[in-house]
Amino acid sequence: MTILPPDHDRDDQPNNDQAGEQAPSRIINPRREFLRSAALFTGTVASLGGGLELLTRRPGAAAEPTPGEFGDLAQGNLAQGQVRRPLGPYDTSEAMTPYAQATSYNNFYEFGTDKADPARLAGSLKVRPWTVKIDGEVRKPQTVDIDTLQSWFPLEDRIYRMRCVEGWSMVMPWLGFPLAALIRRMEPTGKAKYVQFTALNDPKQFPGQRSRVLDWPYVEGLRLDEALHPLAFMAVGLQGRVLPGQNGAPLRLAVPWKYGFKSIKSIVRITLTEKQPRTTWSIAAPDEYGFFANVNPAVPHPRWSQATERRIGELSRRKTLPFNGYAEQVAGMYKGMDLKKFY
Amino acid sequence: MSKPLSQAAAAQAASTPTRRTVSSSRISRPLGWLVPAVTVGGLLPIAVLILDASTGALGANPVQRAELQTGLLALALLILSLACTPLRLVTARLGLAGGRGWTWPARIRKSLGLLAFGYAFLHFLIYLFDQGFTLSTVAEDVVKRPFVTAGFTALLLMVPLALTSTPRSVKRLGFARWTRLHQLVYVAAALGALHYWWGVKKDHTPPLVAALVIALLFVIRLLGRKKARRSVVSG
Repeated sequence: MTILPPDHDRDDQPNNDQAGEQAPSRIINPRREFLRSAALFTGTVASLGGGLELLTRRPGAAAEPTPGEFGDLAQGNLAQGQVRRPLGPYDTSEAMTPYAQATSYNNFYEFGTDKADPARLAGSLKVRPWTVKIDGEVRKPQTVDIDTLQSWFPLEDRIYRMRCVEGWSMVMPWLGFPLAALIRRMEPTGKAKYVQFTALNDPKQFPGQRSRVLDWPYVEGLRLDEALHPLAFMAVGLQGRVLPGQNGAPLRLAVPWKYGFKSIKSIVRITLTEKQPRTTWSIAAPDEYGFFANVNPAVPHPRWSQATERRIGELSRRKTLPFNGYAEQVAGMYKGMDLKKFY
Repeated sequence: MSKPLSQAAAAQAASTPTRRTVSSSRISRPLGWLVPAVTVGGLLPIAVLILDASTGALGANPVQRAELQTGLLALALLILSLACTPLRLVTARLGLAGGRGWTWPARIRKSLGLLAFGYAFLHFLIYLFDQGFTLSTVAEDVVKRPFVTAGFTALLLMVPLALTSTPRSVKRLGFARWTRLHQLVYVAAALGALHYWWGVKKDHTPPLVAALVIALLFVIRLLGRKKARRSVVSG
């Protein structure tokens, strides 16, 4: 505001190159003119600044929802940052991503493309009642209530790294059961070669599905040997609590050696198939996202390098590891495959 | 900005009698608050960004948020600077301001352009920080990834424009050459929109809107120029 008076003074002085002319506007009350300029200045600052903010500012979600505790249901004890000792054979000892960040920075396009959208809009998702249809190449096809399905298996903790294809990562303390246990219970036929997962398709609950950014419903898939691998996990909870909507309630996949988009959320159907499923992102951009999507620092995304990643909560980047650090366990499944071709 | 010798003002000086130009600049002289207001308003998002960063409002990945927002700000301000001359042409066509059109957009064009360059540079610095200032990674990105190449080229093209944004540079280069040089701004804006298009994962609506606005402004500009040429021939 201090800029104004000198400017105004200048207005009152005759300009050299225009000294010959007398302006009629000089009659105007200088005090009034100053107030007018001050008002216009403030209005312009507010409208330009405000307009730019409106156009470009996308604040992160601050909400930390407090879903119910699993209580007796949970066999694990990963409540609120408490790390179980000793760690299980599949757990990472790395620091867990704080609950508030793990539940406010999510890619879940069913709610919207912004990472704050899922936490903001997750309230519209109704996770009970919820059924999961299991069909295809199984001897025991059935539609089962989520609570029944959950009761079939003892729940266990898994502290997994999660690497997003966008170049960031988290450490997620999941609560759930191995996918293999579920598949074996359904008794796959000899024809079963792949497992296809389908997420809920309901624009009333998923506002993001009202726009056609992706081909809904979201579909993902695994090769049967991948699905039967002990690391492949079905999560129903996070850090000792019921899985929040934005993280894929009530049932989601966690395949930690693959990019995050493979770990499909809010699953309503699991189908064992003979043919490789057509998965959502590989349909949307086949040159960018493959069926396998194994974390691989040597194969860049066409638009960015995959060599490094930012662990959420850290400022500098760290090196991305082959198979997200799970190479010892999973690399054998891909022996002889050209991972540059089957990305 | 004691004597803004912008393209618009110069074009006006060439096409209208001197007396009218003098009186028109006198009428708009009370707009002394305009450039400071645009500068302060244009810098306001930096203050909010710093505030957001200090309160944790940037969310779980603050570097990515800041990178995205400064990029968007650069593109938005670049488009606003591109809108100045078309705005004068359109208002002239509508017979506003005595048929000459609004002259105030020409006064803020330079500030908007410099603000756009400032944000683009800040955007680049945040990207460098994100890459840990590892120049080999940056060089590889620039050469190998069209997404980065487009953004980097846009920034490079804006450097000579920012350096020659003073009235003195117009005089030194001569108006015709200066104008030709500053036509690069359209290339920079188009590359910026392309960079934005390649940067989003899926929802292409916002970059498409940006590209269409740039195209529209360019067309208005071309039509205005054609008309000016015709009037020179017939007049």
